[in-house]
Amino acid sequence: MDQVTTKTLDARGLKCPMPVVKTKQAIDTIEIDEVLEVLATDPGSMADITAWCKSTGNELLNMEKGEGVFKFHIRRVK
Amino acid sequence: MSDNETKKCSIVVFSGDMDKIMGAFIIATTAAAMDMETSIFFTFWGLQAVKKKVKTGRGLFGRMLGFMFGDIDTIGPSKMNFGGIGRWMFKKMMKDQDVTTLPELRQMAIDLGIKLLPCQMSMDVMEIDADDLIDEMEDPVGAATYVLEAQQADITLFV
Repeated sequence: MDQVTTKTLDARGLKCPMPVVKTKQAIDTIEIDEVLEVLATDPGSMADITAWCKSTGNELLNMEKGEGVFKFHIRRVK
Repeated sequence: MSDNETKKCSIVVFSGDMDKIMGAFIIATTAAAMDMETSIFFTFWGLQAVKKKVKTGRGLFGRMLGFMFGDIDTIGPSKMNFGGIGRWMFKKMMKDQDVTTLPELRQMAIDLGIKLLPCQMSMDVMEIDADDLIDEMEDPVGAATYVLEAQQADITLFV
């Protein structure tokens, strides 16, 4: 799948519930089928962003753990 | 369950404790971020979470209560407050961890369009006027409004 990131949300340093809340606000600013990249340092965001995608119906394309940073790619579905 | 596709979350905030109200706002903002239509019903001690920093009360008891009431930034935790030391300690510990503050969480709730409902009866008893509450509040309501909200809700919580 083509994975051109439309927008990057820097949620590094933010604690629960802000990574998810900011992700919601950021996804609303892109168009359907565009991809949002989220950077977070909160270890809970691994489970939480996954749960958020499951609940909202947006597609979690991938998540990776780098040097203390979690990176997510989310495709806006609706 | 709601009829349409949008899920609903309805929370009662009865407690006036900093830690419990924080939990309520964290769940509420997350529910709203997860596309749930979310409302919070503030009753009794919980009204402190949505009160402006003003003196309230008309009669002797009402004014006494108003004297002891704080606003969202001056309420203490449910345990280990020790006359305000606990509040200071928790605020410092949360700040050190970059945790979102209670006033910020409330503002986020407002920004996410969460409906904030004050309890009319509690306001009457405690002599708190609608003007004493933050401007973002809906008009005061009673228990039936909450029950209707809760009937249609997929999540209900009492904090």
